[in-house]
Amino acid sequence: MSGVESAHPVLRLQNITKRFGSVTANEAVTFDLAKGEVIALLGENGAGKTTLMNILFGQYTADEGTVTVFGNLLPPGNPRAALDAGVGMVHQHFTLAENLTVWENIVLGAQPLHAPRLRAGAAKAKIRALSEEFQLKVDPDAKIGALTVGERQRVEILKALYRDARILILDEPTAVLTPQETDALFATLRTAIDLGLSIVFISHKLHEVMAISNRVLVLRHGKLVAERATLDTDRAELSALMVGAETSAPDLAPATPGAALLTLCDLSTPSIGTAPGLRHANLALRAGQITGLAGVSGNGQAALSDLISGLVTPQSGQFEIAGNTVTTWSPRNAIGQGIARIPEDRHKTGTIADFDLTENTILETYATQFSKRGWMNWRKAKAHAESLIETYDVRCSGPDARIRLLSGGNMQKLILGRVLENAPRIILANQPVRGLDIGAVNYVHGRLAAARDAGAAVLLISEDLDEIMRLSDVIHVISDGRLSPEFVRGTMQPEQLGVWMAGDGFEGHDHAA
Amino acid sequence: MRLEPIANPSLARRLTLPALAIVATILIASLLAMIAGGNPMAVLGQILIGAFGSKFALLETLNRATPLIFTGLAIAVAFRAKLWNIGAEAQLYAGAVVVAVLGTGALQLPAPALLTIMALAAMMAGAFLLLVPALLKTRLGVDEVVTTLLFNFIFLLFVSYLLEGPLKDPMGMGWPKSARLIPEARLPRIVDGLRLHWGFAIALIAAIIVWVVDAKTTLGFEMRAVGQNAEAARFAGIPVTKVILKTALLSGGLAALAGFSEVAGLKGSLTLDLSPGFGYTGIVVAMLALLHPLGVVVAALFVAAIFVGADSMSRAIGVPSYLADIMLATALLCMVLAILLTKFRVRRD
Repeated sequence: MSGVESAHPVLRLQNITKRFGSVTANEAVTFDLAKGEVIALLGENGAGKTTLMNILFGQYTADEGTVTVFGNLLPPGNPRAALDAGVGMVHQHFTLAENLTVWENIVLGAQPLHAPRLRAGAAKAKIRALSEEFQLKVDPDAKIGALTVGERQRVEILKALYRDARILILDEPTAVLTPQETDALFATLRTAIDLGLSIVFISHKLHEVMAISNRVLVLRHGKLVAERATLDTDRAELSALMVGAETSAPDLAPATPGAALLTLCDLSTPSIGTAPGLRHANLALRAGQITGLAGVSGNGQAALSDLISGLVTPQSGQFEIAGNTVTTWSPRNAIGQGIARIPEDRHKTGTIADFDLTENTILETYATQFSKRGWMNWRKAKAHAESLIETYDVRCSGPDARIRLLSGGNMQKLILGRVLENAPRIILANQPVRGLDIGAVNYVHGRLAAARDAGAAVLLISEDLDEIMRLSDVIHVISDGRLSPEFVRGTMQPEQLGVWMAGDGFEGHDHAA
Repeated sequence: MRLEPIANPSLARRLTLPALAIVATILIASLLAMIAGGNPMAVLGQILIGAFGSKFALLETLNRATPLIFTGLAIAVAFRAKLWNIGAEAQLYAGAVVVAVLGTGALQLPAPALLTIMALAAMMAGAFLLLVPALLKTRLGVDEVVTTLLFNFIFLLFVSYLLEGPLKDPMGMGWPKSARLIPEARLPRIVDGLRLHWGFAIALIAAIIVWVVDAKTTLGFEMRAVGQNAEAARFAGIPVTKVILKTALLSGGLAALAGFSEVAGLKGSLTLDLSPGFGYTGIVVAMLALLHPLGVVVAALFVAAIFVGADSMSRAIGVPSYLADIMLATALLCMVLAILLTKFRVRRD
């Protein structure tokens, strides 16, 4: 297929096909991985990357096709087979036990549990040697719970190496990292290559794919649509291949910011579990402007989102909406104040899975608009749902369909319709396009931009820096509950924002604020 | 082997599987009847005759179904909102105690007024009994399964104390029972001469009211939303805590009506054996009904028929009436399995 020869591939996937009912998740996917090579598996969410890896790891059985590792055929449907054959996987969501130490997590499953005792000394020595060799700095005796996200990822990689993995598969490894941590990860990966390992790098971030891979495979709708040597391609071509068309960022006219509709002044909130609360945050959301909030996940985004949603009340500091100090605060107050809230998790928070579309569209307004003296007006509710389905182009079988049957994009369109229909003054969009396909992404962004132009104050929270930089008129960075000062669109490079995301910009600023 | 979720189970699947559950129950019961030395057809036939075969049998079944409709509704309402009320037994007795206090001469009023007051007071007592665990749950996060379950034992001992002490019938020859209700405090029979009291009609009305509340009112909408996904409900501005407390009041009140109806309609006085576990059987009824208020009526009739029919079968054929308990347990397990198989498909790989 390509110019890269692979006479003795370490990993060969041949003609893999997997169907779920009428949906084809993978169709006749074939590729080889050579020794010392980095393949980037590029594709949008839902392109079939994860399914493919689950087949490799025996979680799913392919309908057709075979997997060969170091020349040996893997038995299908056996999760241990790939591990034993020397393939290690670093999942996007870590699989670590928080109350155990680093070395315990690493040997867990690698040593028989019924042995009289775990051989700690030898294990720790091996871990130290590996972390030295691969520049994966981590203390074997530290508890996982005390580690940062970047450190936990190192533990995951060590776990694979400890089991003598010769092939590493990394699923969206940079999604949770700061730019600096990403650089460190890449250094580790280059070391691994020099030591003869091979890597499959799953991502949808083009600049990382360009930086680390030798070869790029593009998956679209389950099919391998293109294969390029990284040197022969560029980001523009790859993004076009990935989505099947040139991406068109929304053409944003310059904003005409108005009055501040929501302001936080020296405001703090309680922490949520291990995630920090806001710490002395200052923020002003202005009418007719999109404010972007960049940051690595788990740095206080949830606290800010919960505050504006009405789920959390401030611990200290000033909270004003349209110039009035907020005294009583609840989700219902927030809705009453004209705040449209697009929650981070549309399945758990945004919708009720077994409710139909009608019921889901009126969740926030049933008491004020669709009932009288306690009696529901279902006819009106259904008519409303039908009009939303029409206006927001929600693809579904009708208002009586249960919302769990909708795709993520259509679910999000319905939520957009639910909250935008009431002409909100303030819009909170928390990760509004996570997991959506490119069509839905452009739709959601277009709607947010239109709302901005109509005079709404929009807060866009996202972990995707590209999204933030493309859409925001002003940007704040959040790190460990602290908000950076406001940066105007176009004045900051990603690397500069990365410094703030890592928490390094705040020194000296805390006192100034 | 593993379970694969079915995104949208067809109507046929949702109807066939519960029906198959009943068929499976009957087959298993037949097997057990054979082991006990009876002819399965005769045993099942005798159960049917015993439950429906005569006017007397039919009315007996309806009478037996009455408290089960109330407790089944109480459980269904609570479970739909994911409030795990295992304490319907205690709430039933709370209602019964109120009737025994008010109906034995303490209040002298015309029958309609006295009955209304007794019913309302009974509901308040039952509601209060469930309000306490509900508050503990919403305020402190105390598991209501534990509190409501243990309340049953505490309350039954309390009733025992009342019947040995303050409520003891002075004319009762030393038996632990309350005085008899005055005539105005008795629920009349629906038709003169037939042993079926108004409690059954009230139970049917209650089922319809619960159904209407569920489908047509904001409270019903809120209760379903909180039960299905409390996090989304809270986010959407539904007052989750308030809804749980309202659900508790409704559920406790419905369970108490079972006690009201048994004392005022059937027994005429309060004894410790007033309920042979109607509060617990209500859980089975509610589950068999898939928590649907009108389904509760059907399920209660089914359960009552098995109990009444098995008693009669036991007298006629000699197979122990414990068969009824086994049938009930089997029916519940088969139904739970049927519900599972409605939502999931078994895949072998």
